[in-house]
Amino acid sequence: MTRPALAYAAAAIFLIAAAGVSALVGAADLNPLATIAAMLDKIPFVRLPSSLSPIDRAVLFQIRLPRIVLGILVGGLLSVAGAGYQGVFRNPLVDSGMLGSSAGAGLGATVAVVYLGGIGPSAVPIAAFVGSLAGVAVAALAGAVGTARGPVGNGTATLLLAGVAVGMFLTAAQTYILQRSTQVLQQVYAWLLGSLSGASWQQVTEILPYAVISVLIILAHGRHIDVLSVGDDEARALGMNPALVRGIVVAACALAAASAVAVSGLIGFVGIVVPHVVRRLAGTSYRLVLPLSLLTGAGFLVLADTVARTVLSPAELPIGVVTALAGSPAFVWILRATRAVGT
Amino acid sequence: MHTPSRLAAAIVMAAVLAGCASASSTSSTSTSTSATASPASAASAAAFPATVKAANGTVTISAEPKRIVSLSPTSTEDLYAVGAGGQVVAVDQDSNYPAGVPKTSLSGLTPNIEAIAKYNPDLVITYQNVGGLVSGLTKLGVPVLVEPAATTLDGAYAEIEQIGQATGHAAQADSVVAGMKRQIAADVASAGTGHKGLTYYFEVSANPYYSVTSTTFIGQVIDLFGLKDIADAANKAADGGYPQLSEEYIVAARPQIIFLADNQPSDGGQTPAIVAKRPGWQLIPAVKDGEVIALNDDIASRWGPRLPQLVAEIAQAVKRLPKP
Repeated sequence: MTRPALAYAAAAIFLIAAAGVSALVGAADLNPLATIAAMLDKIPFVRLPSSLSPIDRAVLFQIRLPRIVLGILVGGLLSVAGAGYQGVFRNPLVDSGMLGSSAGAGLGATVAVVYLGGIGPSAVPIAAFVGSLAGVAVAALAGAVGTARGPVGNGTATLLLAGVAVGMFLTAAQTYILQRSTQVLQQVYAWLLGSLSGASWQQVTEILPYAVISVLIILAHGRHIDVLSVGDDEARALGMNPALVRGIVVAACALAAASAVAVSGLIGFVGIVVPHVVRRLAGTSYRLVLPLSLLTGAGFLVLADTVARTVLSPAELPIGVVTALAGSPAFVWILRATRAVGT
Repeated sequence: MHTPSRLAAAIVMAAVLAGCASASSTSSTSTSTSATASPASAASAAAFPATVKAANGTVTISAEPKRIVSLSPTSTEDLYAVGAGGQVVAVDQDSNYPAGVPKTSLSGLTPNIEAIAKYNPDLVITYQNVGGLVSGLTKLGVPVLVEPAATTLDGAYAEIEQIGQATGHAAQADSVVAGMKRQIAADVASAGTGHKGLTYYFEVSANPYYSVTSTTFIGQVIDLFGLKDIADAANKAADGGYPQLSEEYIVAARPQIIFLADNQPSDGGQTPAIVAKRPGWQLIPAVKDGEVIALNDDIASRWGPRLPQLVAEIAQAVKRLPKP
């Protein structure tokens, strides 16, 4: 097998294994064989008797499986968005929450909890989604203004700095609102910590269209990002419009991150680390890094969530704790073990 | 920045204990404690100087306090219940009961000593000593009582008695406590014993699902009825007694009663109707039998004089249940 084919196979096996393990374990202690039978029974033309009781089936099909699917979506979206950002900004420290995305989502969720509480719990994901996109839009606007006045040629750095400034501003606004309404602290912080605990098929279908559109756009630009990596002037000489490509990819990444954040809250670490791991193991071409980040990120988040909901079972850990605790050492180890591969 | 986990977890817990609750949930029915502020002059001068043993040690109050600042919603309720309401000049932003308390923007979670000093208090009552609150106010010559979240029923009664002694209403405080004990005992007795061993799930918040174990204050209150807490299995995971439960465990545990302490809009707005629509929850006995009880969030998160109302709510729910 060629190296790319090998990498795809490895990433796919990792994802399938993670989802498989995740489907078989959980606080409800379902019988593994009966669980497998019940799932295979759902495949058309397969008829398998399963000893799962109705309530066990509800746990499996209404709670555990949607959570796994949502984990796949969120992990994939965060990772591919992080990889896309890292590519167009030619900066390894960028992640999916940059450019005011996380801060905007946090502010949106806080506003929804504090001021839109009457509308019900459904207001929070929508507000987070809108806030995340609005945060990126404001950052892009501020970056464009800055670039127009600044020295020529450092547009990406200006945009990133504008994102940092906008992010700090939005976070400060959120803190201010929280400080004035301390009775909702618990609700907002629980959201900020990130969680897949409320996963449902409804959430899956709600974000699926945005996920598909944004991922297709990002994946279609792998070659363009490769060209961008040699520099804007060189890309221009090759007949490409760097600003246009950057704009399209940033918009698609913002949409991907916003979709993920809307249903999961702020889950850190995934968007920055997964693309790096992929790059270390499979090479630096974004035609490869983008799709592999999608698969690997999906598997990583499903695995992290499985740990989050089983290690203290029946209690849960916040998933952000798991992604950082388990991911950081693994990341350092991979950095060390693969020093030879260039970035 | 993404996962300020430790800090956030600490704040979450603080908010739970502080009685994070709505500003609008005063719709509850009768109350045994008088909300009317009686003049402080009734207190006998002989009661002062008073020495009170609070969580921050022995506090001496030289004269009857006339300008009290309360930074704790529970202590505010205690003050008015013992008849010291007329001596209160300011309460924190979360104090919302009884109606008409002098609510200010003061915060018990992040107290500002200067802002408190502005009210020229002669007694400050709070639930936690953060930001050098006690030492700062002591420097200003203001006595402080720290009345933290009660861990037992007796602890809650003791706080009411301490607040009575500190304000010159020791006798009223004793009768408030006696009344609470009488009413709670009556409600527990009225529910009978046929329901012992029925299981319950107590929801502090949804998405993620936080609950309480029976070692917590609220858990002990429900324990009066002999009900079994499904969160106890997670006791080890959360030393503080507030574990985050995984949803599949809650459904698989099939609780027979569900108590919602997150039904006010500002607490999450989780109503029994919303609970019934959660995927997979339709098969839980409590949902099937309509035993999802929306508690008064404020009362359920405090440890004050309205406790008997909470016990009465639980008693009603228990009485409706089919006997096992």
